[in-house]
Amino acid sequence: MGPAPASAAAAVAAGATTASPGTSAPRPDLVIQGLGKRFGATVALDAVDLRVPGGSLVCFVGPSGCGKTTLLRIIAGLETPDAGQLLLGGRDLTRVPVHRRDVGMVFQSLALFPHLTVAENIAYGLRIRGVRRRKRLARAQELLDLVRLPDVASKRIAELSGGMRQRVAMARALALDPALFLLDEPLSALDAKLREGMQLELRRLQRRVGITTIIVTHDQEEAMAMADLVVVMGDNRVQQVGPPLEIYRRPANRFVASFVGRNNLLPARVVAADAVEVAGVRAPMARDLPVPPVGTDVTVAARPENLRLHAQAPTGAALRGTITMVRDLGRTVETRVRVLDQELVVSGRGGFAEGDEVWVALPEGGLVALAA
Amino acid sequence: MNAPPAVRAAGRDARAGDGPWPHVLLAWPTVALTVLFVVPLGIIAALGFFRRIQAGFFEVAFVTDNYARALDAFHLERLSVSVVLALAATLVTLLLAVPFTFLLSRRPRARQVPYLVLVLASLSLSEVIVAFAWSLLLSRTSGVSNLLVALGLMDAPVSWSPGLWAVLLAYVFVALPLAVLSLYPTFSRLDQELPEAAGTMGAAPLTGFVTVVLPLVRRAVAATGALVFIFVLGAYVIPQTLGRPAQWTIPVHITDQAIMKNHLPLAASLAIVLLIVSSAIAVAIVMIGAGRWPRRTLPVRALPGRAR
Repeated sequence: MGPAPASAAAAVAAGATTASPGTSAPRPDLVIQGLGKRFGATVALDAVDLRVPGGSLVCFVGPSGCGKTTLLRIIAGLETPDAGQLLLGGRDLTRVPVHRRDVGMVFQSLALFPHLTVAENIAYGLRIRGVRRRKRLARAQELLDLVRLPDVASKRIAELSGGMRQRVAMARALALDPALFLLDEPLSALDAKLREGMQLELRRLQRRVGITTIIVTHDQEEAMAMADLVVVMGDNRVQQVGPPLEIYRRPANRFVASFVGRNNLLPARVVAADAVEVAGVRAPMARDLPVPPVGTDVTVAARPENLRLHAQAPTGAALRGTITMVRDLGRTVETRVRVLDQELVVSGRGGFAEGDEVWVALPEGGLVALAA
Repeated sequence: MNAPPAVRAAGRDARAGDGPWPHVLLAWPTVALTVLFVVPLGIIAALGFFRRIQAGFFEVAFVTDNYARALDAFHLERLSVSVVLALAATLVTLLLAVPFTFLLSRRPRARQVPYLVLVLASLSLSEVIVAFAWSLLLSRTSGVSNLLVALGLMDAPVSWSPGLWAVLLAYVFVALPLAVLSLYPTFSRLDQELPEAAGTMGAAPLTGFVTVVLPLVRRAVAATGALVFIFVLGAYVIPQTLGRPAQWTIPVHITDQAIMKNHLPLAASLAIVLLIVSSAIAVAIVMIGAGRWPRRTLPVRALPGRAR
């Protein structure tokens, strides 16, 4: 079975709506300005500014209750913001009701219609637009081919497995070739193995159709694995926006440093333009990262994989400590070292045992200075 | 049948494992239904065949006059009026209760509670209280129209009772809380994201409601309709108090025959006819709701362009 070309898919939907945009046409950016939302006395979103580049895949990631789903629902038109605006290619969407917004959404519950067949689910939007039955079922089949479920068109939703439902929900959201493809925790109901497969599939699907895509997830690894751009949210505001690697390497603040991946956070003080003092030890900072003025109290973040353990004092900055726990995780060995009153996590090769006195080397470029 | 006795005995033991108490407790609905429903119903059905004694009571006999009279032109006309009134009241009740319950179920839980409490509380008003309260509220001398006159909205107080609209109003008033409570569990279980999903696919709220919500709740709506229909059809204080003779339903005539005219056999036969008609219509309502009647075929059409 050959893959259904996205341009053909777009053309069918376009025939149902307006002139064909084609997939080569540039997708407009989504611009969010000063967006705020309250539920009663609770602030759900506080002055969110964000630009989602057209055609990209963006992940909103953050702990539960951080406002990421509310932001997605506002973009979809399912909630109305109290402040700020939403622009898509210069068009103000803020007050446009959901049914005129041209979004495709995969809901957390998937929200597939149990009284309709798979094909009728996918073709629902086309039916609402008055597309003829034959044409809309053909389009449904095309989308089923796209999500690699060619043979389930006439099945009921209840007859499908969790992973299949997931794909049907995606196919349905893409049926109208929407300007925005929104997914609210789309993979949270799947088991770990299926989840990883679907992450890849979703990424491939998005590349193929080229629709601007926003995925909400609480799983930072999922965000790192899929996104062009990660939006880290916490405390009802955007904490950092950037490509996954940048978020990982250069967290903007303590929240991002501790939420994205694992980090050892240590109190420190800036002692030179390129060095901090950690627990009485002078440690060089990476040259390409900004360092606050000399004398500032900061927090330095060090990834477990950037720390090295040594039996003898190494050259360069190192902290002395005692090993409190060793866990062999197969791929890597996780060692916990008590340094002063703090426990550091080091991942790398093993070779040490609980109770060993070791040196934890702080490599240059492995430390990030954050506001204390 | 071919199982060895030991196996059969073991099976019996396993079923009887909890002793006699479950059976005793489970027997209760059977006993209650038999004693309180089937037996009296049998008596009434039989009573319909007894012979009335003028200026007396009745004697045991087997005559068909009573059933024949219950099915004469006058009573059939009353029966149609009763059914049409009850169907109209059911329709209006559903038209109010379905959107109300849908909107209620979409509120945050904490906000739903006061409404549910009020709905439950209004169930405590009996048909009699409702009928007399409305007959006061709709009267010329002390009714709502006096308030409207005082507010300058009307020139002179009028009487809105007795009459068709008064009867319908009171029917809907007593049936509405019942309908809401009957619909509520289904609506509150409905995934709130379903109508939202319809919205993201271009369905305006009403379209989404009709194409997604209604098909999913149609069984509950039909069951509620049947419940309301039977409830309204059985009411007799409302049509008697708020209706003119033109709105006097079969229950009013049953009461009239049984209590005023001492014609128990005719009352009994009218009751049996009413029971059969109302049951049949209620079953039809439920079946229509379940999509089983009138019988429709839903062809799963082959998809075009699929050569595989």
